Parts: sequence; C-alpha cells; structure tokens
Amino acid sequence: MINPQMVMYEEEFNQIQTVVDRLVRDANAKVVFIVDKNGQLIAASGDIDNVDTTSLASLTAGNIAATGGMAKLLKENEFATQFHEGEKANIHIQLVGNRVILVVIFDSRSSLGLVRLRVKKASEELNLIFESLLKKVQEPGADSPFAEITDDDIDNLFND
Amino acid sequence: MSFINYMAREINCKLVYYGPGLCGKTTNLQYIYERTNPEAKGKMISLATETERTLFFDFLPLSLGEIRGFKTRFHLYTVPGQVFYDASRKLILKGVDGVIFVADSQIERTEANLESVENLRTNLAEQGYSLDKLPYVVQYNKRDLPNVASVEELRGMLNPTNIPDFEAVARTGVGVFDTLKAVAKLVLTELKKNG
Ligand SMILES: Nc1nc2c(ncn2[C@@H]2O[C@H](COP(=O)(O)OP(=O)(O)OP(=O)(O)O)[C@@H](O)[C@H]2O)c(=O)[nH]1
Ligand SMILES: [Mg+2]
Repeated sequence: MINPQMVMYEEEFNQIQTVVDRLVRDANAKVVFIVDKNGQLIAASGDIDNVDTTSLASLTAGNIAATGGMAKLLKENEFATQFHEGEKANIHIQLVGNRVILVVIFDSRSSLGLVRLRVKKASEELNLIFESLLKKVQEPGADSPFAEITDDDIDNLFND
Repeated sequence: MSFINYMAREINCKLVYYGPGLCGKTTNLQYIYERTNPEAKGKMISLATETERTLFFDFLPLSLGEIRGFKTRFHLYTVPGQVFYDASRKLILKGVDGVIFVADSQIERTEANLESVENLRTNLAEQGYSLDKLPYVVQYNKRDLPNVASVEELRGMLNPTNIPDFEAVARTGVGVFDTLKAVAKLVLTELKKNG
C-alpha cells in the first residue's frame, strides 16, 4: 500500500486520551479533539455530547487540506496553526507532526494565550505518541483483524 | 487510507464519488442519506454554492454493520465536478480507499465524462495512486433521460478493463445502493488482501 495504514491500539489510545482530557482542564476548554488529516476522529474530550464531532472532524480536515493547498501555492510550509474567533466560541487548530490535527474549542472562560500555551505542550506529547504508534504499525507482523475475514463475512454484511 | 481502531473496534474507510459537473454525485449521497436508518448515518454536510453546485465537498458518514466484531464505517465524499475546481478535487482524493466514477449517460456529456476520468487518473497519479490498483466502480447515471448513449458505448469508453459497473437513475435511487455496495465490498476485500 502507498499509505501506511492508520491504526490505533489500546495502549496509545489511552495515552492520547489522557493528553486530551488534561488539555480540556488545563486550557479551560469546552471541547478538545484530534482528527487525522483524512478527517477521521481519533479522540475527543470535554462537552462532546453537545457537538457533532464527526462532522467537525471532516470539516477540520477539509479546512487544513485547503489551507495546506494555499500554502503550497505560496511555496510555504503548511500553516500549522489557525485561530477562528467567534462571538461565543473560538476555535484553535494545530497541526501536530504534520499528521494529525489538534482542535480546541473554548469560550470566554479561557483565553487564546492560555490555549496556545497548553496546546504547545500537548502537541509535543502527542507527537511522541504518534511517532511510536507509527513505528509499531510499520513493524512486520503487525496483524490486521481483516487478514482473517472470509468472502462470506463480506457478503453477509450486505445481505440484509 | 483506512483507519483501524482497535480501541473502538471499528474500521473507517474513505469513498469518493468522482465525475463531471452535474452528473449526479451529490444526488447519490442525498438518496443514500434519505434511505438509511438514523442509527446508521451521521449528518450529511454539503459545502455548496448558492445554486447547489458542490463547492468543496459533500460528506456523509455511514455504518454498514459488523465484521467479526469490528464496526465498518464508511466516509462518503463527493468532489466538485466543475472543471475549474481541480485544486479542491485533488484534496478530496487524499487518503481515498475506493472510487465511484459517476458518468452522465447523456450523449452530449461524452466529452465531459472522458475528460473527468482522465482528470481522475492524473490526480490519483500525482499522489502515487494508480486507478488500476484502487477499488473502483463505474456508474452510468441518468438512464431515465431520452438522449443517452447505450451502455455498450459507455462501457467501451469508460470501462475498458471491465470493472463492476451499474446503470442508475440517482434521482429515484435506481442502482445507487448497488453501486455503493460493490465498491464497499472491493474495499473490504482489498483490506483482507493487505491484512
Ligand atoms: N433526470 C435525471 N436527473 C438527475 C439524475 N441524477 C441527478 N440528476 C439531476 O442532475 C442535477 C445535478 O445533480 P447533482 O447531484 O447536483 O450533480 P453533481 O455531480 O453533484 O454536480 P457538481 O456538484 O457540480 O459536481 C440535479 O438537478 C439532479 O436532480 C438522474 O438519474 N436522472
Ligand atoms: Mg455535487
């Protein structure tokens, strides 16, 4: 395959979840989530029952893809940080290790300065976790649950 | 690039509907959205112009059921078909696992179909993909209109390698789910091969 398969294991997931949980508290954020560049949600924390994280994930990835495209035209590296200020909610978007996107949604109980500071630290931690995850995925013998499935399994999925 | 999440026990795949402007890509997604149970779908997002032409993409997350305890989730995207939105089309193709080419069967759209397949091939190649290796199906849409080319003609032009193809009337749903199932099946089969 051209792209290394994106895989998430329990160990790394728990580490990532710990980082985002802490970021919600430390940054006084409403919601924090992590998306891969293709728009798939990896982890989320905070007041997530009141936001559509799947939709936000896809739009965030689209946004990063679009600004990445603009950067390329300007012969610039990716714009790693974006900030959108609304009347009530603000959104801070940070590209981590050029691979995943860290999104923080916050209101007037927090501030851009605080969010920036906490995001910086969290990004460093996340970067390390994703690097080791990537290594693990590339190890030979990393098993896929899909190696075992049969054509019947696939057919059955569509038989109702 | 599919995403296997052992923690959530789910597998996520990205499907892209490609094809010339007005061929019916968005209509395919709208039909799927209308006919899917609420628990199996998320919100459909359409980034469109005021005249309902796709500006960046449409997005629809779907769950297709479980395989061996893993939920299979598909993220459906459409590209904007209008020629001048090429930069956006390239972005949407990133990380794609399977492609549906929607052709407009009307005779006057022959040239547009051919240009669009060529454009698909080029844009995939730029990212190191080959259309011949990717899970890929073709849909001949708008079969309800009077001025359409025969399926044999369309096949000759758009499907020389004999991949799965389907006749459709996306507006009423004919062929829409058959097309989706075929590509989803190819994607899962590919995962099995690489697994
Ligand atoms: N007669 C007929 N009309 C169709 C069919 N499928 C789609 N249409 C119509 O064709 C027009 C364009 O459909 P869209 O789904 O918006 O086309 P699109 O491919 O998304 O177009 P872009 O977003 O510009 O790329 C709409 O008016 C649809 O109702 C079909 O099978 N038969
Ligand atoms: Mg459209």
